Amino acid sequence: MRLPQDDTFNSPDTTNLLDRGSQGVIAKPLDRPEGPLKVSGSATYSAEWKSDHCAEGVLVLASIAQGTVKTIHKDAVLSMPGVLAVLADEAMTRRSTQGTAGEAPVQGVQTVEYFAQPIALVVAENFEQARDAALTLEVEYAPSDTPVAFDPESADAEVELAPDTEPVEGGDLDQAMRDAAFAIDVEYETPGHASAAMEPHATIAQWKGDDLVLHGSYQMLSYNVKEIADCLSMAPENVRIIAPYVGGGFGSKLGITHEAVAAAIASKQLARPVRVVMTRQQVFETVMRRSETRQRIRLAADETGKLIGLGHEALVSNLPDEEFAEPVTQATEFLYSGENRLLKVDVARISRMTAGSVRAPGEAVGMQVLEAAMDELAQATGIDPVELRKHNIADKVPVEGTPYSSRMLAEALDQGAKAFGWDQRRPKPCQTREGDWWIGMGMASAARVNMLVEAEARVTLKADGTALVETDQTDIGTGSYAILGQIAGEMLGLPIDRVKVLLGDTSLPAGAGSGGSFGAISTGSAVLRACEMIREKLAKALGCTEDALELKDGLASGGGKSRAYPDLLAGKDLAETGSIKPGDTADDFSQASYGAFFAEVAVNAFTGETRVRRMTGAFGFGRVLNAKTARSQCLGGMVWGIGSALTEELAFDLRDGHLVNHDLAEYHVPVHADVPAIEVILLEERDAAASPLQAKGVGELGICGAAGSIANAVYNACGARVRSFPLTLDKIIPHLPDPFTEAG
Amino acid sequence: MLTACVNGTDHPLPSDPRRTLLDWLRDDLALPGTKKGCDHGQCGACTVIVDGRRMNSCLSLAQLHHGDSIETIESIGSADKLSVLQKAFVTHDGFQCGYCTPGQICSAKALMQELSDGWASAVSDDITVTPAITKEELRERMSGNLCRCGAYSNIIAALEEVLADHPLHEGASA
Amino acid sequence: MKAFTLDHADSSASAITAMAAGARTIAGGTNLVDLMKLQVEVPDKLVSIRSIGLNDITQDDDGLLIGALVSNADCAADTRVRQSWPLLAKAILAGASPQLRNRATTGGNLCQRTRCGYFYDTTQACNKREPGRGCAAREGFNRIHAVLGTSEACIATYPGDMAVAMLALDAVVLVDGPGGAREIPIARFHRQPGDDPSRDNVLEDGELITAVRLPAPTGGVQVYRKVRDRASYAFALVSVAADVTMVQGRIARCALAFGSLGTVPWRDAAVEDLLVGETPSPALYTRAAEVLLKDARGFGANDFKIPLTARALAATLHEATKG
Repeated sequence: MRLPQDDTFNSPDTTNLLDRGSQGVIAKPLDRPEGPLKVSGSATYSAEWKSDHCAEGVLVLASIAQGTVKTIHKDAVLSMPGVLAVLADEAMTRRSTQGTAGEAPVQGVQTVEYFAQPIALVVAENFEQARDAALTLEVEYAPSDTPVAFDPESADAEVELAPDTEPVEGGDLDQAMRDAAFAIDVEYETPGHASAAMEPHATIAQWKGDDLVLHGSYQMLSYNVKEIADCLSMAPENVRIIAPYVGGGFGSKLGITHEAVAAAIASKQLARPVRVVMTRQQVFETVMRRSETRQRIRLAADETGKLIGLGHEALVSNLPDEEFAEPVTQATEFLYSGENRLLKVDVARISRMTAGSVRAPGEAVGMQVLEAAMDELAQATGIDPVELRKHNIADKVPVEGTPYSSRMLAEALDQGAKAFGWDQRRPKPCQTREGDWWIGMGMASAARVNMLVEAEARVTLKADGTALVETDQTDIGTGSYAILGQIAGEMLGLPIDRVKVLLGDTSLPAGAGSGGSFGAISTGSAVLRACEMIREKLAKALGCTEDALELKDGLASGGGKSRAYPDLLAGKDLAETGSIKPGDTADDFSQASYGAFFAEVAVNAFTGETRVRRMTGAFGFGRVLNAKTARSQCLGGMVWGIGSALTEELAFDLRDGHLVNHDLAEYHVPVHADVPAIEVILLEERDAAASPLQAKGVGELGICGAAGSIANAVYNACGARVRSFPLTLDKIIPHLPDPFTEAG
Repeated sequence: MLTACVNGTDHPLPSDPRRTLLDWLRDDLALPGTKKGCDHGQCGACTVIVDGRRMNSCLSLAQLHHGDSIETIESIGSADKLSVLQKAFVTHDGFQCGYCTPGQICSAKALMQELSDGWASAVSDDITVTPAITKEELRERMSGNLCRCGAYSNIIAALEEVLADHPLHEGASA
Repeated sequence: MKAFTLDHADSSASAITAMAAGARTIAGGTNLVDLMKLQVEVPDKLVSIRSIGLNDITQDDDGLLIGALVSNADCAADTRVRQSWPLLAKAILAGASPQLRNRATTGGNLCQRTRCGYFYDTTQACNKREPGRGCAAREGFNRIHAVLGTSEACIATYPGDMAVAMLALDAVVLVDGPGGAREIPIARFHRQPGDDPSRDNVLEDGELITAVRLPAPTGGVQVYRKVRDRASYAFALVSVAADVTMVQGRIARCALAFGSLGTVPWRDAAVEDLLVGETPSPALYTRAAEVLLKDARGFGANDFKIPLTARALAATLHEATKG
């Protein structure tokens, strides 16, 4: 048996110990262990921790887009009932922190870089007093003398190559387009998106001497302590974050945001706990947006539909100097064949809130456009869209030549098509009419890069024969509590009710955090390795080889002997800390989770309203750790796909860059009535190069391409090829045939 | 003195008329199971049941509830004694992050009373009669509760199970 | 919210007295509290009218009398409304969410303010919120805004559904106040903005809505067609309320009202006149739309409402006349 000599993941791990366990808890669709707390309202979220004598802070936002805060008329507000302080500290943040930054974002709230940027914090005895005072506060500004454009498409917007996305160039795409039997050259747009996690960002800050304790809503605690510490010029060791329950993140809580630092500063100054909860509007206006994109896709295919050239060029936006640029072409690099290629992302520097990671940055918008363009190629070639994709599955990553690790794209396409009834689709548009509705089917591939990141976890096999898993990994709805317990239960031969999982506290070993779909596989691998070490010691204590060791229901057997854990441990806890670091496997293989989406839509022949009638998704993401929570992740992603396809759009006023639809009434996330029956198929797969668990990321896969399948179904239904997401009815109406015409 | 009955106990209402029913429950009565998602009646996370009917507690002033009987998630079932409806949410994974969940459950409980009372909805084919209970009806009637994790179809599955196992007059007290 | 006092009236008379002393009424609060939190509305005195009665629905030979405090949900659930004025129930059920409908009242919903994003945002210019400050919506993001009845000062819509149905049903708004009781046909209740968008309706200071009266049912086919971005829980982009009576294949009587199209719930007698006596056909619907929309003017992002309305009208008439 391979022993964990080194925590760096340099070669594929084919041990598959989880497949040889006897307990049978891994992969099972077990209920979330924290479920009873959540459904009874007794899980404690960030703003709900009791804290005596806690003051309330409300952020004050700029009413201009660019300039300098000249004067804050504090006195008038300080004389209002209950008001304790008006802070405009230099350490307060004016931009949001990017995921895994581990350092302060841009600070200094005297400079205004975008409309509604935080500029101050008002603290009062209670919330009503603080909110009134924050809205009453008068602020004088001086305009900026170096204006930044509001519109990424305007001539005065500076455009540069995205700092963190290497262009991919191979062969001669222009020539391939000229040589192609079929050439598609189209431009699509996607709008900005908001994470819109249901729990608004909130922090309760409390000092104990030089130590700061934060109850907050964050996704990646080990990075977040460093970010807070850097903002406040203190040691990370003096910061503790407690976040056992996080009400959704979707990227918006990867890095710390404005309320956290403001609460910490206010708490220090007032020498009492301070709670700052952002209003829903403030979350929309100040935290994080997914950039809008303009994407040019070029597809050059030979007479068989085989791609000989592929171009994907995108324009995205962010504030000046931000490193992050929506990595639109991320999955295009490896998804399909076509050696002649040009993939490139440009970023326009504009004045809007920070652009950053929103669920599945890159693929969420890149895949939906690529897959819509592939549908156009299928239409041009007359090849079935499923067959066209299968025909273009590459042997190795084009240009780079990297081999793939395990890849289930073809299987997903086939099984998804079969389950959905794809053979019932009529290829030409406007063939099926039910009453006032045109009916159509569409499909798309799914792909999302796989990432393994550094993580630690401690597992303790207690003297009483139960196990405790501890890490600062968060569970933002992803199922961390469930799957980490299942990994430990399988590895240590314990029924799930004898495994306890503690998460979301930086006093515990540093997990990966929740982001980039890497939390489960990274922190899960650390748990696996801790368990491997425990197994090694159990084997030794029992006096058998590790290979002979069998663990089940708290009983260790091997070498003809069998002893219960309390007996074997003789009154002592056995604790091990496992760790994982990314290594050579990350570069040696192209690793990604794959899948396929199938959608049936109805488009109203009169009004162009579009409703999704049913969807099927088939996904391969390595080992399934919990079939119930994994399915839910896929479901949730597909719901995001519905929003991205049909309703979600950040609407900016191009005169001052302010967000017009900054609430949940006008930013339309899907509601129950928008979401039909969704079928999720989880494919059996092991990917030894992806992680020691042979598992890959699943948290974001369900969105990566989903909107493309819906757009393609809209075309199939009514012939409207809309190259601007979301496909709201105003964009569909001009393409609709006369509503009184018959089908066919 | 103005009072309201919350989960069976009378409480004096707050003196500041600005205090919303939601903030009063969460912060003054230490009942944080009712969630603040938007504070503007746009998400449903704050749904509570007042005199048998569901409403958004964020858009009501606490002082307007003199004499009212208010039920929150805390009265529906505790973690060690879940109601049938709560159990169905767990079994069907009708939540992920859990933040919208208490609102979904309060809404679902009141919805069953509305069904029992024969109320129609925007998707009822014939609003002059008591509508049949279909997936479409349930989706429409739950649409005041947003779930960004996208657990919608699991939530509907949980409701269907409860409705199938418990005739409406029982389901309403699930 | 700005600090305010809250009193509780126990009768219409005491409410009217409080209003005379400068108090604003609050009932469900679903719109007012929303706006107060943003300081779009900043009343310093509120009087609760939750306990003044006016929460019954009564029927007589003249029609139906819906008390001002009847909740939207109770109104839509009322058997008489569902049987004889289904248009009203359908419109109410198409609006908001069950939670909001349980709380919102008949009188309050008539006074619902616009959803214009510039009205809702105190950093932006809005003549409705602050007369004289200008209208940022005209050249801003105006996808949800009006294409009929607009003025230089304002292009905001009345956003609700209930009043649109009431307009098609020829409802009458009953009010009481310092000057005594009076009746206002709903067609004259909402005001177009003109040069004073700050007043959404013709209520005088201190006047209280006490009830809405629906005349006897027409017996026509009643259809409410709401077009919106989401399938539920979203304001209308355009809505059409229709009450159509067919006799021997021809339109004998027709009432049509439109929501989120104009600055007020919109009804155009010329459209109805054109349709009456005619045999339904796509060409007829097109002619009706041309008359309805002849003065329509978009402001960019809402241009689509003009063709959309023509299509929604065709769909509605098609449904209401197909028998």
